[in-house]
Parts: sequence; C-alpha cells; structure tokens
Amino acid sequence: MKIVVCAKQVPDTNEVKIDPVKGTLIRDGVPSILNPDDANALEAALAVKDANPDVTVSVVSMGPPQATSMLKECIAMGADDAYLLSARAFGGADTCATSTTIAAGINKVGGVDLIFAGRQAIDGDTAQVGPQVAQRLGLPFVTYVQKVRELKKGSVIVERQLEDGYEVIEVPTPCVLTAVKELNNPRYMSVGRIYYACDEAEIKIWNEVDVGLDPADCGLNASPTKVMRSFTPAPKGKGEMLTGTIPEVANAVVGKLREKFVIK
Amino acid sequence: MAVKIINDKCIGCGICVKNCPFDAIKMDGKLAVVQDNCTGCNVCAEGCPKDAIEKTSTTMTSKVDISLYHGVWVFAEQRQGKLQSVAIELLGEGRKLAAEIGTEVSAILLGDKVDDLVDELYEYGADNVYYSNDPQLSNYTADGYTAVIYRAILKYKPEIVLLGATHIGRDLGPSLAVKCNTGLTADCTKLEIDPEDKKLMQTRPAFGGNLMATIVCPGHRPQMSTVRPGVMTKSERAVGRKGKLIDLNAELKIKFKEGDIRQKVLEVVKSVTELVSLVDAEIIVSGGRGLGNAEGFELIKKLADKLGGTVGASRAAVDAGWIEHSHQVGQTGTTVKPKLYFAVGISGAIQHLAGMQNSDYIVAINKNENAPIFEVADYGIVGDLYKVIPEIISALDS
Repeated sequence: MKIVVCAKQVPDTNEVKIDPVKGTLIRDGVPSILNPDDANALEAALAVKDANPDVTVSVVSMGPPQATSMLKECIAMGADDAYLLSARAFGGADTCATSTTIAAGINKVGGVDLIFAGRQAIDGDTAQVGPQVAQRLGLPFVTYVQKVRELKKGSVIVERQLEDGYEVIEVPTPCVLTAVKELNNPRYMSVGRIYYACDEAEIKIWNEVDVGLDPADCGLNASPTKVMRSFTPAPKGKGEMLTGTIPEVANAVVGKLREKFVIK
Repeated sequence: MAVKIINDKCIGCGICVKNCPFDAIKMDGKLAVVQDNCTGCNVCAEGCPKDAIEKTSTTMTSKVDISLYHGVWVFAEQRQGKLQSVAIELLGEGRKLAAEIGTEVSAILLGDKVDDLVDELYEYGADNVYYSNDPQLSNYTADGYTAVIYRAILKYKPEIVLLGATHIGRDLGPSLAVKCNTGLTADCTKLEIDPEDKKLMQTRPAFGGNLMATIVCPGHRPQMSTVRPGVMTKSERAVGRKGKLIDLNAELKIKFKEGDIRQKVLEVVKSVTELVSLVDAEIIVSGGRGLGNAEGFELIKKLADKLGGTVGASRAAVDAGWIEHSHQVGQTGTTVKPKLYFAVGISGAIQHLAGMQNSDYIVAINKNENAPIFEVADYGIVGDLYKVIPEIISALDS
C-alpha cells in the first residue's frame, strides 16, 4: 500500500511580527517549520505504516529549494521518501495552480492508495489545496478529518469535524483526507532517522517538465486570482485607560458602559 | 507575472527586501533579485526610492467571456433544515454588492424537503431562490453538492458566488472552484465592488492576521469567496417579501446513481458539550493566559452570567487545556463582533485581535500596561484581574 502525504514549509506565524515603523513583516530570524496540520497528516500515514510495515509513505511538497530541510524532517519522522516540486514556473501560484502542480506530482509518484494532507497551512489559512488536489485527481475527499475509524479494503471510515459536532463518513479509496490537529499527536524525529535523513536520504526535486506540465498551466500563469495589494491591518484606535483604585475603575467602566446603553 | 527589477536603476539599498510581504526578493551583491515566489503584489514597487521596480500588470489573459456572467449568488447553507446565520449575513452583503453592480441577488438552496427555507430566503432579501430538493442532498456531501451547484453555475452563469467559511463552505468552495476553473478567495473579511469595472475586491487576512491582502479574479468567472461567519451584517427580515423560485430538479434533471456521491454519511453526531454560540453572542467575556489556571474560567463565567454573555477564550488558554476549543476567539477560532467584548488576562496576539477587534466596545483587563490588547480597547484597566473582576461584578449589582 502506498500513501502520499502533502506537506508545506511555512514561516512560524506565531513568530512573525510587524515592524511598527515601516508596517511590514519582520522575517529576520523567523524559523521555517513543517506546517502543523501537515505534521498531523504525516502522523496519520505513519500510524498506518506502524500497523502494516508493507506500507510506503511518500511526502510531496511544492516550494523553494530550501523546503528540502522540511522534507528531511519528514523522513526523520519516518517517511520513506520525499519529492519537492520546485521550479521557477511554479512561482506565484494561487491555490488553483498549486493544486494542478501537486496533483501532477502525485500522479508521477503513481499507484497511490491514500493521500493525507493538512487541513490548511498557517501562512495562508485557505484550506483549499487539499480538496482541490482531490478534485484534479478525480478522487473523493473528506476535509477536517479528526479520526480515522477504520481502514478497510477499498474504503475508509472517518470522522469529519463540524463546528457543532462531527459526521461519520465512509469514502472509497483512493481518496484525499485532510487532517486537523485533533486527529493525533505527531511523533518526534528519531535519532537514527535524523542521521539517515541527513546523510543518506535523497530528496528528489522535480520541475514542470519532470511532472509533465506545460509552464502555461503552472504558477502565476495559471492562477485566476491576483493579489491586488497587501497591507498591514490598521489597529482600532486606542481608547481610554481607566486609573484609580480598583473599586473606582470597576465603577467607572460599569458607569461608562451603562451610559452608552451597552449594558443595563 | 512577477515584478521586474530595472538593474540600471537599482542601487542595492535593500528596502524592497524588507518591504516584500512574501520574502520574494533577495540581494545578490548590490542588486535586488526577484525570487520564484513573487506574487506580483507590487508592494516593493511602491516603496522603491529609485523607481527601479517595474510593476506587474494585474490583468491575465482571459479564456472566459466574463460579460456573460450576471448576478450575485449566496450559498444558503442549512443543517438539519435550519438555515445557518452565515447565509443570512451573506444575503445582507450580497444585496449590498448586487446594488453596487446593478444586479440581483439569488440564494442557492439544496436539501431534502426544506421548502419553508425558500420563503425565509426571500424574506432575508433573495430575489431568486435556486432550489434543489432531493433526499440525497439531505446531508451535505462534497460530491452531491458540487455536482448540483456546478451544473447550476454552468447554466445560469452568476458573476459572484459567496459561501460561508464554515466547515461545509470551506469544503464545497474549493471543490466548486476547480470544477469551474476559477479562483476562490478564502475567509474574506471585507468585500467591495471596484467602482470602475465592477469587479469584486476580496480582502482577507494572511500570515495569521499579520497581513491583509486584497485579491481579485480578473479573467475567470464566477468570482468566488468564502466569508467568515460573524463578519458581515445580517439583512433585515421583511416578512411577506417574495421572490422567484427556480426549481433545479426540473431545470437540471440531475439523477444521482449509486456511486455518484462517494462520501457516505453514516451518522451525524451533535456535540454533547454545550453549544457555544460565540457568533451570535451580544456580550462575550474572554479569558486568556493571564488567568493562570483552569479555575480562572469560573470567575470569567461568573462575570459572563452577570452580563448575560458567553464565555470566550484566547488560543493560549485553549492550548493550555483550560477550556475547550469551541470557546476560542481569533484567527484559528471564531471571529466575533459582539456589542461588548471583555478581554481578561489576554495580551492581544495579532491572531486574537483579528478575531475580535470589530466588536462595538472592548474592555481590556491586564496586569501588563504594555499589552497590545490595550491598543484596540475602548476602556483599559491595568491591574490584577482577580481583584478587578469581583469589583466589577459588585458594581454591576449596585
């Protein structure tokens, strides 16, 4: 059985700060990490492999060459091999174009029985690439998977998280499942695997020709959406700081809110 | 296309490297070099002191005749026959957009015997309701809903399709967008119509709310957005208002065969824990890391009960395991817009601010006077929350 995991290298957005003077993102020293939901996707695949050693787990990513370090982490966690889709032609892709490229990469891996992806990446938070890859591959998909109940021959039963509960869904394989953090706790890299990942494992890099795509179908060329402008959000104007003793400020805030009929 | 550096003009000051929101410019000696991940947002060009960056044109060669597409569609999300609030918010927003374009707003409703929702949709402002009534559409499935709505889009050609950014809308939207070969902008917080060419300008947060981006879809139709629940203003209900029904069963004649809908919903389980409706709450009292422990939420609840409000939480408090995720306000939780928001022991990470800063009134209580939450608060109190909250409760009693 062959499982593909889709993964992305992202800046740790918890560390991203705004330069208060220039109003731009400060990226210096911001670490790049394996996208958190993708770590859950990888763990889900590795859990299947734990139960059945015949399973191979391949990780597919699209990104700049430095994303190989993230893919090595995936191998150190236990993935068998990893492929990076990296080329100038892929640059500037929106989710629509990204899904075409990743689907082509998965086709090139070939013979895939199950695909796990993270629900969304923390840099864009779109949650679109997983289902779009499935749609491009003509495969069924289930997003927001919080539990894999049973992997049967020819189908899988999962729980799909909703805002107010969950659904139990059976879906035929091959299919694409996108993972939320409630699905599992991703394992740590093992020392032995870290040595293997650094010294021996080779990350294969594919460009558009390798995966059989026309440059017109990749990257910015194939992206229906365009970023018209980007800006840092303006903070709401600073209000009033209440000072005095604690009973004084408590009475002041209640008084002000009552004055404005916000509370009774 | 990517921006172009005019090499003769570039002095290697590096300002563009710092300005680039996407880390897509590197310095090669004294020359800026555009990397593969350039999105063509033109932020660098605007900030270049030497005009050494050529802007990209935002128009893309179109394969679609966009003049054939008319009208604003809203996906009328229903669960167990109940229309979701976000659908009513989208109708409110849809009417506004449609008025600016000079077109109609329609709802697209799928389900099993949800006829009574048709009237509700008219009353909330839908000029037309496209309705497919089928037992197979009782529960949402990606395959079933994509099949019907895709066919309807092909036939009726709406220029804009809005969906709620719920677990359902964020499943259906991407699937439809690929089928229609068009763009989709996720989790929009603001929608506007360009007064010149009537195209939809979609603004959304990225990088955890650190950056906002306005996105357009110039050459493809429909222009599709998912919109965060709780962000747009609901339309007023006009009882007795009527519209036009388009029966999709009769028009499209879709008959599902075994295997067409590959996701088989075996069971729908409602959360056993109390349903937290932050989106609809008028008053929210939220606790954060400053509470110090799970017991702190008892005090938060006491204040919330006193005010007739709902308990919210910051991500730090949820991650610490003090309270369930369903209470989380912010970028990865719920976006809220209550009349009154109490932020108690919450420092105000940008991700949290992104989810609550549109509240009408914000009261912040924090012991650190430099906490960013005070930047958005209408009233700020520096002090020990365990002393301040009981005093506020007693002030409310008086």
